[in-house]
Amino acid sequence: MAALADIIAQARRVDGHRPWPRAVVTPDAWRAVAAELAAGHATLLGLWGDGGAVHMAVMSEVGYDINVVSVECPDGNFPSVGALHPPAIRLERAIKSLYGLEPIGATDTRPWLDLGFWDVQHPLSAHPQQPGEPTPYAFLPVQGEGLHRIPVGPVHAGIIEPGHFRFTANGETVVRLEQRLGYVHKGIESLLAGATVEKAAQLAGRTSGDSTVAYALAFAHAVEAALNIAVPPRAHYLRALMAELERLANHFGDIGAICNDASFTLMHAHCGILRERVLRAADACFGHRLMMDGIVPGGVARDIAADGGMRVKDTLAEIRWRFPRLVELYDNTASLQDRTVKTGVVSAELVRQFGAGGYVGRASGRAFDARKAQAYPPYDRLEFEVPVLTAGDVNARVWVRIREVEQSLALVDQILARLPDGAIAVRLTAPAGISEGFGLAEGFRGDVLAWLRLDGLRVVRCHLRDPSWFQWPLLEAAIENNIVADFPLCNKSFNCSYSGHDL
Amino acid sequence: MRRTLLEGFTHSPLTEPPPSADDAALAELAAKVDGAARRRLGRSLSIREVDAGSCNGCELEIHALNNAFYDLERFGLRFVASPRHADVLLVTGPVTKNMREALQRTYNATPDPKWVVAVGDCALDGGMFAGSYAVTGGVSSVVPVDLHIRGCPPRPLDLLKGLLALLEWQSAG
Repeated sequence: MAALADIIAQARRVDGHRPWPRAVVTPDAWRAVAAELAAGHATLLGLWGDGGAVHMAVMSEVGYDINVVSVECPDGNFPSVGALHPPAIRLERAIKSLYGLEPIGATDTRPWLDLGFWDVQHPLSAHPQQPGEPTPYAFLPVQGEGLHRIPVGPVHAGIIEPGHFRFTANGETVVRLEQRLGYVHKGIESLLAGATVEKAAQLAGRTSGDSTVAYALAFAHAVEAALNIAVPPRAHYLRALMAELERLANHFGDIGAICNDASFTLMHAHCGILRERVLRAADACFGHRLMMDGIVPGGVARDIAADGGMRVKDTLAEIRWRFPRLVELYDNTASLQDRTVKTGVVSAELVRQFGAGGYVGRASGRAFDARKAQAYPPYDRLEFEVPVLTAGDVNARVWVRIREVEQSLALVDQILARLPDGAIAVRLTAPAGISEGFGLAEGFRGDVLAWLRLDGLRVVRCHLRDPSWFQWPLLEAAIENNIVADFPLCNKSFNCSYSGHDL
Repeated sequence: MRRTLLEGFTHSPLTEPPPSADDAALAELAAKVDGAARRRLGRSLSIREVDAGSCNGCELEIHALNNAFYDLERFGLRFVASPRHADVLLVTGPVTKNMREALQRTYNATPDPKWVVAVGDCALDGGMFAGSYAVTGGVSSVVPVDLHIRGCPPRPLDLLKGLLALLEWQSAG
């Protein structure tokens, strides 16, 4: 670890970046940081463009210290991180497509997110250009006897988000899956630039609708860090209540949907009931089923309704009555276990290398959870465990969710019991000049990263990184040597966000 | 498993009484004149959902229509896997430029007579995403829209009211 600390100690620190430091490094030092990532001494949290510079967030594996390092790109290029550390490859391809900044030494130079349909090239660069003639996308070559290709999407058969999957199969066995994403790219980062903090919070909350609470929380953390303001204790507890309700609703949805993809509809129907109960309780508490716009920088937008606590307690009681029997049903149904056990295995090494969060990481032995590791309030005062398994298969990803449901129920109990009185928000006051903030929040899918630069109370630049960036590539690995028919099962057990990734 | 299944017989169903069709939706539909096509379909519609750039919030609530509380299929409405089998395209999102061609092709693959229902505030005119280099600005900028269901996202009950209005109007033709 000394190496990373040394590199950063020798670099130029940027003032006004909170809560973790940001340092501008030389291209050589940038390469050295990439080598530290490749050596497994640190985890890549994010890599994004910003005008004529590129930033990289890295986290030490010991102590979970975070640093942001930046490299200036006066010649429009920067040393490739992906050349040394594969998890950076898609992020760099996106930087090239959006900013036109060239990763020197990159092994994969194909565009990412830009599918050739925009009226501009490099839309986020200082000087966007007219696009040239679109060139056909070159999927990775596959050679061998008896191989056939199955193109799927962007419009899929179910009610799910669009993306393209290119399977190469030998008979029923998948030998390669290649994803092509970007279909739901909305240009959110371009809309965030110049927006007021208030408007930007709403946009952040619509980056991935299923994680609207987590996004709003990560964004609020970043704004509050930048402005160096403290949020009232009641707001912390209400935020955590929203976050845990969101986690419960999504986990119920996922557990049911995974079983549904194994044609076990009974679980799906019953989990659907629990999910609906949670959404109705959320609606009763905060006036919106998904709790959109409930969290705002400075606190929360609305206090919990007078009977909200009772509604949540009733819902928890029903879950505690019904859920254990559904777990038993899952565990005792051999035909279902036959589909989920040993299917779609992800190795501990890959999960560690990619820094995959959420149930994808925790089903393969990576214990990171931003609620624990960063211990943002009120989680620093709440008792909970982070369940970790090692099998890395679909079954393990189901079980991590089951265990997390149990933990969330206990967390909601504590939150309701300890909910402090007092204000629910503080007014934001515009500071003079530029400030920068970095925020993490643990969503149901994993850690959401928000980074921003403010000028007063206006966003100059904001980057949002979905946990899916480090999970999608692992799905390609998980499906290898599984049969095509198990792909829906593997895919649902990951449940990556298309919209959060495509941004 | 047996206990869970047996309880299904002894417990009263969770399914809730249907809401009345949405008046605003009926008014929007009244502007359409396509009696012959309406009569051909009877009281049943197959729906193909197309996410054309949504944040996935709308998808979550559309999914909820299939749960025990709303039970969409009791009205003769069901989701199908292919546009070839569909009467209705339920389109969400501001329609990203990256999805424009896919939406157009899905529309073209859907046999006539067909209806397009745009779901969510951003499907109306791009909503919060309007003005971005990456979005077209609403479903009607790409394919003709028969009905809009507003909301961010619309609640399942609002979706149900809109779809029931379509069903009512369509079978009244």
